[in-house]
Amino acid sequence: MAIQLNAQQLQSIRSHAEREYPNECCGVLLGRADGAVKEVSEVVPLKNLRLDSARAQELLPLEDPGRESEKNRFLIDPLEQMMVEKDARSRELDVLGYYHSHPDHPARPSIYDRDHAWPWYSYIILSVERGKAAEMTSWVLSEDRAHFDPELMKP
Amino acid sequence: MPVKVVIPTPLRQYTGKKDSVEIEARTVGEALAGLTSRYSDLRKHLYNEEGKLRSFVNVYVNDEDIRFLQRDQTPLTETDVISIVPSIAGGSMIRCICS
Repeated sequence: MAIQLNAQQLQSIRSHAEREYPNECCGVLLGRADGAVKEVSEVVPLKNLRLDSARAQELLPLEDPGRESEKNRFLIDPLEQMMVEKDARSRELDVLGYYHSHPDHPARPSIYDRDHAWPWYSYIILSVERGKAAEMTSWVLSEDRAHFDPELMKP
Repeated sequence: MPVKVVIPTPLRQYTGKKDSVEIEARTVGEALAGLTSRYSDLRKHLYNEEGKLRSFVNVYVNDEDIRFLQRDQTPLTETDVISIVPSIAGGSMIRCICS
């Protein structure tokens, strides 16, 4: 599979990530999956629920809150996610995947990313270096949940 | 009594491409057990190695998180719709702060 985003959609991810720096940003990719290509039609920025630490901790506790925060963790509110998904379905769109930023870290998935992923979805990661958007990559979890495979990003 | 379970896109590959499934169940626990016994490949994406629901997997009855209801014991009625919703989470490697 490959994921297809146009220049404007890529730019909206970059702008969102730069705006949220030094925190992690996150959002959802809506569109249609047609055979071997996921064609993105909408990029929807969402709130990083880690900024609301009490609610985030209730939903998905951090193991080490002393070292984990909104600067290196993101969480999408499942209720918000369910609403976005319902709305997408009513317009015959699917959730194709998600994006998030890695402030001052490479655009490579972490073990934490892997442990919180499902197969098939595209996980786009954007590295933000000192506030400027840098490398962007896309990943898909392997069937056995052991690793991520890189996914081709098509213009 | 059959209840409807909505299957999210990435998991439809394990349910014969069905976007929702009807399961005979009186509680949420029964519905999930019924679902994963009918579609056994779903199991590893919903449950961890200890057989517990993965921490990032949320189950809703209509718009209510079962954690704030009676979890597995949450009773169901025929019109209830169960949704499986991942907490989408991630982040970068934790910087080593040791000296």
